[in-house]
Amino acid sequence: MSQTSHTPTAGGDYPRPSGAVQGPQRRLRLAAYPSLLAMPALLLLIAAMGYPLLTVTLRSFSDPAWGLQNYVWFFSTPVNVTVLWRTFSIAAWVTIVCVIAAYPYAYLMTAVGPRLRLVLILCVLVPFWVSGVVRTLAWVILLQDSGIINSVIRLLGFDGVKLIRTQTGVVIGMAQVLLPFMILPLYSVMRGIDLRLVQAARSLGARPARAFLQIYLPLSLPGVFAGAIIVFILSLGFYITPALLGGPRSTMLSTLVQSQVLSLLNWGRGGAMGVVLLVATFVLLALAAPLMRQRHKQAARS
Amino acid sequence: MTARERGAAIDIKGATKRYGNFTALDDVSLHIEPGEFMTLLGPSGSGKTTTLNVVAGFTDLTAGDLAVGGKSIVALPAHKRNIGVVFQHYALFPHMTVGKNVAYPLTLRGMDKQARDRLVVRALDMVKMADFAHRYPSELSGGQQQRVALARAIVFDPPLLLMDEPLGALDKKLREWLQLEIKRIHRELGTTFVYVTHDQEEALVLSDRIAVFNQGRIEQVGTGRQLYDEPTTLFVAKFIGESTSLRGEAQASGDQTSLTIAGQKIVAYGKLAGGRKPVVLLRPEKLSLAGTNTPPAAGQNSLTGEVSEAIYLGSGSKYQVTLRDGSVAIVRSSLEATPFSIGDTVDLRWSVVDAKLLADDDRADMTMT
Repeated sequence: MSQTSHTPTAGGDYPRPSGAVQGPQRRLRLAAYPSLLAMPALLLLIAAMGYPLLTVTLRSFSDPAWGLQNYVWFFSTPVNVTVLWRTFSIAAWVTIVCVIAAYPYAYLMTAVGPRLRLVLILCVLVPFWVSGVVRTLAWVILLQDSGIINSVIRLLGFDGVKLIRTQTGVVIGMAQVLLPFMILPLYSVMRGIDLRLVQAARSLGARPARAFLQIYLPLSLPGVFAGAIIVFILSLGFYITPALLGGPRSTMLSTLVQSQVLSLLNWGRGGAMGVVLLVATFVLLALAAPLMRQRHKQAARS
Repeated sequence: MTARERGAAIDIKGATKRYGNFTALDDVSLHIEPGEFMTLLGPSGSGKTTTLNVVAGFTDLTAGDLAVGGKSIVALPAHKRNIGVVFQHYALFPHMTVGKNVAYPLTLRGMDKQARDRLVVRALDMVKMADFAHRYPSELSGGQQQRVALARAIVFDPPLLLMDEPLGALDKKLREWLQLEIKRIHRELGTTFVYVTHDQEEALVLSDRIAVFNQGRIEQVGTGRQLYDEPTTLFVAKFIGESTSLRGEAQASGDQTSLTIAGQKIVAYGKLAGGRKPVVLLRPEKLSLAGTNTPPAAGQNSLTGEVSEAIYLGSGSKYQVTLRDGSVAIVRSSLEATPFSIGDTVDLRWSVVDAKLLADDDRADMTMT
């Protein structure tokens, strides 16, 4: 057998460099099966994600009896449909707020010197390390009718605004919690954009605004999409923040699931809600996928 | 093709750029003729790229003036200057096809599609990339990308084209071929070209004139021949071509200066004012080697040394001769000359008129790359 053909045979018995011990060794070689590297994560996903998901899905069809009665119930109860719609609408608003807030911030991170960049990154990450419950409670203090925000608004001579227990309050709180998920992917994409492209556009006659819209923005879109998808999907399943900051008119689906499963012990209906949310999310992602497909690869830079 | 206007003249006057305490450009003045191919040559950090960025409008001047075609453009933003720029790393828009990239400056100028397509095809033809209009930049090699970038920079017919080390990222063979392409395009367009490079060979191949930069200043401006034969500073002499510099105990008498090097005396025409330390500069092809038993001819200088390296080059030979004071001379000799081998004791000879007397300068030694 020539030294150039290193194709392993089924038993892992293939030519070794001279000096290596020859013999009927049947040692498992990791290099020969790179897919093994994914095993730990795969096992965890199957155990912690696949199995419960399967159970929930099964129960939605079988609890209390086999059939579609849980789904019929879900779609024939107007409250459920309203809440499902509201869940998607709040998630969309949170995503929009995050994009608007994160884009200039991420751009600033690419534009400043290393020291200031570290400060900016810490500003994103430090709140990220604080528990979501604590941050949400902080928002309760800020947003309540006698809170700082309303005090300032009144000081400026305007009427107070109802923020706590409203959809606006929920969106504000969720956007703040989810902002890092938007900033970080955006920053990583923006960091890779060659700013000389913008200079090139300027030299070719593009006003700064045009150079941004036609060159920088399109190249940063993959980051916007990546961040938007993460934020949107995380928003759909948010529980604590809407529960604490929202009122009855801003209930999200996760709260309904919680009350079905934990308060009413109705696993079938709760499961059906979860499945509906999951399927709806998949449909939405499938619709958005063509938008995100990149027609080009980033030009290789040497 | 209609008769083209010649390119624009450029006048840089007293250009100074400071970043805090650091002076990137120090009172640089340079006149470039319409249609001229001017190369800004210098080591990195010498101010050549800063000058280019100032002309392009990417960098503001701290002081000084800049005029293109007789009109000051200091106050104009980059997008109103109508100057083509080619970058070292191509800077093609990765999300646009080659055709869209080249059409971009025309789209910005509001040109209709028909006229645009015609100009794009012409520009791509000029760089021999017409078959690639529908490809994306990532599908092209470095040399192809740079040719597209060149097409994009000339498609709107700017009176001035700036190139910032455009061949720096390419391998030697491709670089040499593209140098000839750039020369051809310059001839065909008649546009003024300003080319930045740190490669002196490239500068000699391409340029009508070369401005040699060092530490934010221009050392000398001239044709390649002028810079090689008549350098005015040691920096220029060492940066362009190979050379041998001799130092010794100096004594001026009349219009001559004599140097005593390890007990041997040589003379050179000229005299340095202000008591500056002189250096005698010799080009390799002006030097010859002779056995120590043959007497030097009239008007020749002679220094004894030992051959420390002998290289056969086909067209001739190259020797390194270590002189008695430890300095090393580089000699290029023709095939007819008597061959020597390593270890031979030889006399280094040259005509007094071929030696160049320059002021010594420590900065000149930091530039060897």
